[in-house]
Amino acid sequence: MSHPALELIDVSKVYPGSPPVHALDHVSLRVDRGELLAIVGPSGSGKSTMLHVMGTLDRPTEGSLNIDGIEVSRLGDRKLSAVRSQRIGFVFQQFFLLHGASALDNVANGLLYSGTSKRTRRRRAAEQLDRVGLGRRLHHLPNELSGGERQRVAVARALVNEPSIVLADEPTGNLDSRSSAAVMDLLHKLHQEGSTILVITHEHAIAESLPRQVEMIDGRLVDLVGAPQ
Amino acid sequence: MTATLKTSAPIVPGSSARMGPSRLRPSDVVTVATDGLRQRKVRTALSALGITIGIAAMVAVLGLSESSRADLSNQIEQLGTNLLTVEPSGGFGGGDGVLPEESVAKLARIGPIEVVADVVVLDQAPLRNDVMSSNETKGLTAIVADIDLVATLRGSVSSGAWLDETTSQTPSVVLGSVAAERLAITSVTDGPMITIGGEWFTVIGILGDFPLAENLDRAVFIGKGAAVSVFDVELNPSVIYVRTDPDQLDAVRGVISPTVDPQSPDEVSISRPSDVLEAQDAADSAFTSLFLGLGAVALLVGGIGIANVMVIAVIERRNEIGLRRALGATRAHIRRQFLVEALLLSSLGGVAGVSVGAAVTAFYAGVEGWDVVIPPIAIIGGLAAAIAIGAIAGLYPAMRAARLAPTEALRSA
Repeated sequence: MSHPALELIDVSKVYPGSPPVHALDHVSLRVDRGELLAIVGPSGSGKSTMLHVMGTLDRPTEGSLNIDGIEVSRLGDRKLSAVRSQRIGFVFQQFFLLHGASALDNVANGLLYSGTSKRTRRRRAAEQLDRVGLGRRLHHLPNELSGGERQRVAVARALVNEPSIVLADEPTGNLDSRSSAAVMDLLHKLHQEGSTILVITHEHAIAESLPRQVEMIDGRLVDLVGAPQ
Repeated sequence: MTATLKTSAPIVPGSSARMGPSRLRPSDVVTVATDGLRQRKVRTALSALGITIGIAAMVAVLGLSESSRADLSNQIEQLGTNLLTVEPSGGFGGGDGVLPEESVAKLARIGPIEVVADVVVLDQAPLRNDVMSSNETKGLTAIVADIDLVATLRGSVSSGAWLDETTSQTPSVVLGSVAAERLAITSVTDGPMITIGGEWFTVIGILGDFPLAENLDRAVFIGKGAAVSVFDVELNPSVIYVRTDPDQLDAVRGVISPTVDPQSPDEVSISRPSDVLEAQDAADSAFTSLFLGLGAVALLVGGIGIANVMVIAVIERRNEIGLRRALGATRAHIRRQFLVEALLLSSLGGVAGVSVGAAVTAFYAGVEGWDVVIPPIAIIGGLAAAIAIGAIAGLYPAMRAARLAPTEALRSA
């Protein structure tokens, strides 16, 4: 296999102040294509910073970040945006669906900044909604869907651009236990179909259901289970 | 299923160059901006209203002033600017306040004078008809008129006939438009009669309005022959109306006084009635500027309203901005979205404003009986002003939205 889906090499993120905060302290992590892994840690451990840096939403202070073989730590706003639109899918705890738009249009927005036509975007959005089991909910508005269904819409949006990696930030944080289980089942299914998925969570129970687990403590990573050799 | 996934972009090492940039189609920019407005309909309508009022005020002011000016210049053209009125000047000169009786005959001999007519006010002859009580005058005056008066003033006869050589010798009277109204006489067919100074006169005609000599609308006219035979008065002209060759107007103006009263030419006062209409036109222009200024202030306030609403939208929609950045929007895409939103908002106000302004103009002009004239500059200028204001008002909020860091924008409130 060629290069990994995502690789952090010796990445640090320091927030200025007195004393400066080392949110990420010389972190290295390699995620191969097709992996499903969890980064687990208590709040304040640097998980969010980790997600933002991996998602190119924030820049590392030092170190390098590769996404699908592209060295992104020195790219400007336009190229970084292109990386996000074509190589990364995000799933957020708060779903972040647009209230006024149907499930179909919310998913199609995952392709809005790729320059494809509206017809193509909608066709591919319908395929992904079908894949996450919402093929019959295409024209529902978010407030007509349950929490679990909303998060599945968000997952479909993250997949619609066929990203190298899906970054899921506390995807079950706003869901009851039944919806949580359904969303985790969906992530397992997508993993079996070949998607690369990284889940950030503070719940060990969630992390333990995944093949690989990495723990984050005070801005450092510790391999727990399933580290590649 | 697995087949779908294998179709994802082929993996080539060191491949940032082959990756296309983030792109947002122009049609999608408009859709995204429209969605932003559609989701907040009431706020959209209220913030566009400011612009609507400003533009409507400016279009209506320009439309109305243009319509009234067109009407006024139409009047001036119809009446001509070559009419002069000659009156004795009351003033301090100690003059006797009358013009010589033979003035009209002398003036008629001046070449460039096309037609001339005089009137004599009969102060001592109260009017009556059978609908008036004995102690009211209704503000009407009896006037002895030259038979050329209507021709000189380019007046019109709305019913019956004007005085001619014959009827000016007989006890016949012609009513001014207002006088006819006040005497409740609308037709001359059944020979209505009125009394002037106790003498009976038959009404033979009713005149239309005199736009250049409104005081004549409140008069009743009898002929010179009748005046002399019935009332035995001196016919010293109260006012002489002179219609001249337009090119010779200034020359004629210069010789009128010495001709009329060679002994004391400075006791003769000459004026040009169309000057009054032109002065009215100038006065209207001053009002137009005032109202345009007020419209501009309304527009400015409307623009500030839009800027305000857009700043609030950027704060409220932080998460949406963060999401769009995560989906691959560049700073420029975010800036464009909010700028276009402000432009749509102000254009909406501009189009509504032009429509309302045009409707107000059409309605008011209809009431006044003017032709509706809406200058193209008002329509084009109104829309251009709205768009310019949208651009200016949207710029700062759009820059703020674009500068927002994605991590900041995604933070839950």
